[in-house]
Parts: sequence; C-alpha cells; structure tokens
Amino acid sequence: MTTATPTATVTAAAAPRRGGSGATPTLPFGAGSAVGLGASVVWLSLLVLVPLAAVVSTGTSQGWAGFWHDVTSPASLAALRLTVSASIAVSLINAVMGTLIAWVLVRDNFPGRRFVEVVIDIPFALPTIVAGLILLALYGPTSPVGINLLGTQRGVVFALLFVTLPFVVRTVEPVLIALDTDVEQAAASLGAGPLTTFRRIVLPVLLPAIASGTALAFARAMGEYGSVLLISGGIYRARVSSMYAFQQIENFDYAGAAATATVLLFVALVVMVGLDVLQRSVARRG
Amino acid sequence: MCSSVRSRAVVSVSRRAKYGLRAIALTYVFVLVVIPMGVITTRTLRQGLGAFWDAISSPQAVSAFRLTATVTVWAVVLNTIFGVGVAILLTRYRFPGKRLMSALIDIPIAISPIVVGLALVLVYGPYNGWFGKSLHSAGFEVIYAVPGMVLATVFVSLPLVLREVAPVLEEEGLDQEQAARVLGASAWQRFRRITIPTIKWALSYGIVLSIARSIGEFGAIKVVSGDISGTGQTQTATLLVDERIEQLEPGAYQVSMVLIAVAVLAIILVSLIRPKEHS
Repeated sequence: MTTATPTATVTAAAAPRRGGSGATPTLPFGAGSAVGLGASVVWLSLLVLVPLAAVVSTGTSQGWAGFWHDVTSPASLAALRLTVSASIAVSLINAVMGTLIAWVLVRDNFPGRRFVEVVIDIPFALPTIVAGLILLALYGPTSPVGINLLGTQRGVVFALLFVTLPFVVRTVEPVLIALDTDVEQAAASLGAGPLTTFRRIVLPVLLPAIASGTALAFARAMGEYGSVLLISGGIYRARVSSMYAFQQIENFDYAGAAATATVLLFVALVVMVGLDVLQRSVARRG
Repeated sequence: MCSSVRSRAVVSVSRRAKYGLRAIALTYVFVLVVIPMGVITTRTLRQGLGAFWDAISSPQAVSAFRLTATVTVWAVVLNTIFGVGVAILLTRYRFPGKRLMSALIDIPIAISPIVVGLALVLVYGPYNGWFGKSLHSAGFEVIYAVPGMVLATVFVSLPLVLREVAPVLEEEGLDQEQAARVLGASAWQRFRRITIPTIKWALSYGIVLSIARSIGEFGAIKVVSGDISGTGQTQTATLLVDERIEQLEPGAYQVSMVLIAVAVLAIILVSLIRPKEHS
C-alpha cells in the first residue's frame, strides 16, 4: 500500500501521533522495567542532555556580553546571515517542489515512477561528504556542462536542496494517499477549476504536512555541514555557521564555537517545539 | 484501488497540466540527483577497474573501511538495545517525564553534526572536558579515539530504531502481553515469544536505516576523531574521502562509489522489507 521510505523515520517525528498516553492501557512497573527506565535515563543524560548543557554553559561562560560579542562578530554574522537566508530559501523551494513531486508521485502514473521513488530517498541514505562530491563533479570547476558553483552562495543553496529533497515529499505523500478524491470530484462537478479545487480542497488538508516537512528541511539546512563543505570551497562568502563553528573548534576557540553552537541549538529546539505543537493541534482536530 | 484513484484523479486535471507537472517534477529530481550521480559513476568507471581496485584496497582505505565497520557495529548494537527498550517503555508503561523523554530522543534529528561533535568534546575531551579529564587520568580515552566516534554516531542515529518500533508496538496493544502474563509467562518469555515476532520487520527496517546513517556520518565524527590520518587510527571512510579531495589526491571517487553502493543497497533492502510489515 504505502511505499517504502527510509525517510519515514525522520518524517515520523512530524506525523501526528495517535491518542494520549492516558487512553491506552499500561503495564504495572516491575523491577525489570524500573531498571530499564533508569538505564535509559542515565544513557540519555550522558549522551544528549549533559553534552548539550555543556554547549550552552560553555557558550555563555563569558556572560551575556561575551556571548553577544562572539555571535555578532563580522565573521560570525556573515556565516549566520548566509545560513539563515539559504535555509529560508531552501525551505520555500522545498515547500513548493516537495508538494509538487509528492502530487506527481501519488496522482500521476508513468513508467519509471518507482525509480523516482527510490531516487527521492538517495539524499537521505548518502553520506553528506559524498553528496558534496557528487554535486561538485557536475557543478564544480570540472563541470561537463560548464556550470561552476564552487565557492558561490548559489552552490550552498544547491547542496542544501539536495540533502533536504526527501523531507516535504515524504511528509506530504501519505496524507495525499489517504485523501479521498470524492470531495475533489464534487468540487469539480460544481464547476470549480483544477486550481480552485487544489487551493480550496486539497491544500488545506496538506498544509500541516507541508509545514512539518518544511520545518524539518529548515532545521536540517540550518545545521548542514558535510554536503556544503566541498561546494563552498572554504571561501569566506560561502561559509555557513556549522563550517564557522568547525573552524573555531580547529583553532581551539571552544567558547566561540560553543556560542555559535548555542545559536544553532536554539534554532533546532524552536523548530522541534514548533513541530510538537503542530502535531498536537492536528491530532486534536482529527 | 490505487489505479482507480489515479484514473479518477485524471478527470479533474487536464492532460496538459498533468504532463507539465510531471515534467517539472522529473526535471527537478534529475538535475538535482540523477544526473550528478550519473556523472560521478561514469567518471569513476572511466578511470578503470584497476584504479578502482587499487584505491579501495590501499592499506589506508582498508583501515578506514574497517574503522567505519567497527564504529557502525557498535553504534547500531547500542541503538538497537536502547531503541527497543525505550520503545517498550514509551508504549507500555506510564511514568513521569515520559513526554520529555520522547521529545529529547527526537532532538538529534534537528541538531547540526558539528554541534553534536562539539558537545561531546566539551564533556569527554581529555584536556578540559567535564568528565573527560578524570577519564583521561584513569587511562580511558573517549575523544580522539573509537569510543567518542561511537558516541557521536549513536547520537546522530538515536531515534531511528525507536521511531520504527514504537508505532508497531502501540498498534499491537497489550492483549497478548496480558494474556501471557496471566498464563504465567516470564518477562523474558514474553519478550522473546511476543514482542520480537511483533516488531521483527520494523526492527530490521530501523537497523538498516541505522547502518546507512552510521556509515555516512561525517561532521560529528570529524570533530570527535581529530581526523588522525596516516596511521589510520581514527580515519573513517567518509573522512578519507574528505582528505583525498582536500589534498587533491586520487581515490575520492572510488571510495565514494563504495559508499554510494552501500547507500543504494540499503534503500533497496528497505523497500523490500517495508511491504512485509503490512502483510
């Protein structure tokens, strides 16, 4: 029925979750489950919680003024400006193209459709550095088609489009498959044109899925490192924040790197909280 | 059912609009993914099979592949144990902080790999890490060594197994579990006879995803490994690709081709596993 998607796991975070914890019956806590819970909490703390706390604590160790000074230095600001604007551009393109591709994959039938289904997942399974190399082979200095994006901001956007391709497609696809075409037919029979039908009937249903996919793509773009590394060529004007943070780490400027990382972390948290709120409101509505 | 949906949908959209949309979608996917992949494949093949074999069988490449395999096995085993365990806790028990725990596990999806690497260095780094200093003086190295690389890989692939297994457990409910309890089955028996068969396919799917993600990890590994090359001690396959490109040495394409093959294989495996879940 549904198509296989390695990105399903990633997009599962964006899918509405059924029911509250109170509705389902639960097992009583035994000694085994208590030990399991304890071990999981310790593991999560050592792996995620304490390290992320260390980033924020180190980033703000010189106080608010020091943090602000690090983050608003010209090099940091330039990287941040490129990261945010490229991520917004990539998110908007993804919102439109992802929805379009999902629509074509679900509603259209053509030879090679299954091939395209597989291709959509490639950016997710591919190592990011290899993704960078692949793009550089076609759109770098040795380009067979004469397009050289090395060291350009357009190149950065292009690399980000590559790695974020599956997100919107994979969140919108299942909703589109589940969508009943009866309402669309009714609208059409009442004289609505295809555009009106899409805008008034299909789009409102897809909107939460599009928003979730776009938010995930935005978060991914904000933090991306491997795939943009090669195409940026290490050139100042094409340097994103994660590359800037890496350079600070290489220079043993841990406080500065942590300040940059704190900003990236904050954006990631805002996106995840926003997604959670969105899921809950969608789940409540239906 | 699918074909009837499609044929009915055709009614509402004109033929011209349909072909137009199809052309836009295909052009986008081809320009972005298919053509670049074709170019790198032909370039690698043009350099010849001999060059391919030499590049992937050099001592440095072999040791890089071996390290990638070691880190991947550790990360996937740890994430499988954690993923299944927490999936059971989240779907079958009620405890305070459950929602927070669930949210925490999803966070790694949205965090930059560089931030992940830095976070681990700040805590486990040998010279000024919170815990790293005492671990270092006790003779246990985490950062710039394999344990740190495993931690980084576990971090970035943390939710993959869990998010596959949890929905299946939730859907299955507790009836069988409770029946087995009443009949006197032990926790281990219930796990082996009920839980494992239920989550079998979702688990395999999650494991394949984790393997692909672990093999491909680059940014976080680059930070925590220190990228020590030459001796080949902390250089994984993805770091080797990076080094070969930066030093303009040959071999990047060939090693990449191996990684591409593994990634494509993983996608195909997953597309074979997925439908079984529904049967």
